[in-house]
Amino acid sequence: MTLANLAVGEVGIIKGIAGDSVITKRLMEMGVLPGVAVKIIKTAPFGCPIQIRIREYDLAIRRSEAELIEIHTN
Amino acid sequence: MRDSNIGNSEIIIALAGNPNAGKTTLFNALTGLKQKVANYPGVTVERKEGIWRVDGSQTDYRLLDLPGLYSLDASSIDEKIALDVLTGQIKGLKKPSAIIAVVDSTNLERNLYLVTQLIEHGFPIVVALTMIDEAEKEGLKIDSQKLSHCLRVPVVKVNAAKGLGLKELAEAVKEVLQKEPEIPEKLKEKISSSENGHSKNAEIFARYSFITDVVQQTVTYPNQKRQRLSDKIDKVLTHKFFGLIILALLLLIVFQAIFSWATLPMELLENVFGSLGELVRSQLPEGIIADLLADGVIAGVGAVLVFLPQILLLFLFISILEDTGYMARAAFLMDKIMSKVGLHGKAFLPLISSFACAIPGIMATRTIENPRDRLATILIAPFMSCSARLPVYTLMIAAFFSDQIVLGFISVGAVLMLAMYLLGITVAIIVAFVLKKTLLKAPPPPFVMELPPYRLPKLRNVVQNMLLRAWLFVKRAGTIILLISMILWALAYFPRVDNDAIDENQKASIQLENSYAGQIGKLIEPAIEPLGFDWKIGIALVSSFAAREVFVSTLSIIYNVGKEADAENATLIQAIREAKKEDGSPVWTPLTALTLMVFYVLAMQCMSTVAVVRRETNSWKWTLFMIIYMTLLAYTAAFLTHKIGSFLVYSSIEPFL
Repeated sequence: MTLANLAVGEVGIIKGIAGDSVITKRLMEMGVLPGVAVKIIKTAPFGCPIQIRIREYDLAIRRSEAELIEIHTN
Repeated sequence: MRDSNIGNSEIIIALAGNPNAGKTTLFNALTGLKQKVANYPGVTVERKEGIWRVDGSQTDYRLLDLPGLYSLDASSIDEKIALDVLTGQIKGLKKPSAIIAVVDSTNLERNLYLVTQLIEHGFPIVVALTMIDEAEKEGLKIDSQKLSHCLRVPVVKVNAAKGLGLKELAEAVKEVLQKEPEIPEKLKEKISSSENGHSKNAEIFARYSFITDVVQQTVTYPNQKRQRLSDKIDKVLTHKFFGLIILALLLLIVFQAIFSWATLPMELLENVFGSLGELVRSQLPEGIIADLLADGVIAGVGAVLVFLPQILLLFLFISILEDTGYMARAAFLMDKIMSKVGLHGKAFLPLISSFACAIPGIMATRTIENPRDRLATILIAPFMSCSARLPVYTLMIAAFFSDQIVLGFISVGAVLMLAMYLLGITVAIIVAFVLKKTLLKAPPPPFVMELPPYRLPKLRNVVQNMLLRAWLFVKRAGTIILLISMILWALAYFPRVDNDAIDENQKASIQLENSYAGQIGKLIEPAIEPLGFDWKIGIALVSSFAAREVFVSTLSIIYNVGKEADAENATLIQAIREAKKEDGSPVWTPLTALTLMVFYVLAMQCMSTVAVVRRETNSWKWTLFMIIYMTLLAYTAAFLTHKIGSFLVYSSIEPFL
């Protein structure tokens, strides 16, 4: 399951980030790391990008980037 | 008064921090007006520095404002330059003696990431905690002493706008300058154990793990959930439907302001330069020097400075939108649409600004981090129909399409005007798409964009930024513009011909016809003849490379109307309608007018834009590429318009011509 599967308002815990690209690295530098809770705040008018909240701040990422972020919910 | 010359001070202090952390406010508070801005050699990363004069002490520091950074890993140009500066790799710039790390206390964890990297490098650091008011309002309590103990660096709470904590900051800087920096044992342990891990990114994890521990020890969170005003504002401003409406309304206001508020100062400037020219004429003996100064230098520079009110206003709005945090929201709203042509959501506002004037639009592309995305945006910005094209459109419509109606009530002029805007947008989309598939092809850069909390803009930051941008335009573009104006002036001025025409206007017309510009007009006639243009239009095309609206004044000189005529001048319109070729057929048909409008939508007829593109791309190659491809496109489109139009007229399937 990835972050892209979550609906607005749902929370997930990050398991890992797929790939080894600049995008992966940038996400991790911004604090998107395993074990951290992430919440979907809203999606932009045409479904992309997505606004997420992590470590008490807000980040906009594209859907394709959300698909790299594996999560689990409990 | 002591000399405020930057560069005399021996000690360099660098200011580093995440974007939106309050770095600019602190920089302005510490340096006052003693600032200067340049680019780092070879790149377009801005180098901002100023003198920090510490109260009650004899020391002056050279304060260097680094670009906003999330990390020091050199994956973007900004990060690479910042790392080079901090490690003393920039030619002619000494390694900073200490770093002030600006940290937003409402967003401690992510802001501390950069700080841990700075600590690891062994730089002497002072942490400046900003946004303390905001954090306290949200119920966050930060124990700065404990934070200082955990990080092994001094931590100072500052409120730059109110001037609080600046003295303590100066003391802390003095303190770190005198002792050896220390790396916390816990951080060392975490990093070294991560080196045994498999993932290349294990260090990032280690740093954050250290930070989480530190934050847990130093920050008390409120019992209830943090209440954020930003969430409430976002409910409206980034609403799926209302968000877009508000964005549209906002742009409407910006445009209204630029087109109506800027008019008065623009006319004022025009008059000032007009009188200045006359003054020079009256004071100097008649002759080449007076003509060069009045018509070349003053008129040329005036033609460009006349854009200043628009540039100032646009930057006023852009600064406010950026400082409030709205800019990121606009990019958020528009990214899906922009990404269809391979551009970043952040390209939206610069492109929209270009409808007023491409100069501030191109300057505003600095917010786009990825160099290819930024270049693509710069290359298509001039296709947005700017205000300088309006006189050309207005003249053509007034001469050939006024009072014509289609579908019962819609004026042909309005339809044509709309068509010109749409043509520009369509071509821009196609060009962006093609560029991103060919010359600027690259894997998609990360979009990942912070949505900072909404904040009230600081008047001082806004005004300072606005003036800075305007000044950069005048200074950097100025030299190139002065040079081109003088060349264009000389082309129309030489060689001098004696003519005994009594009428001043006729005299001017004969001079222009026989000048080098006139000769070029005639020389390029075979090239523009397939577009239906004659050499007189050719002269106007050549001289309007200065700025598009010069087309109107050149045409009125060549048609004996005098250079003062504007686009709605009845005599000029009459002259255009009645102009005849040698065989007696009219020079101008409605089709010629349409072809000319199409040409002006697409051609790079603006030396100020050229100058700004040169500065912003830091490359003559891309600037020349832009001039050439735009001119080719304009020529091709005008050619097609003329050929297809002639065919339609010939086969009498006249749509509305």
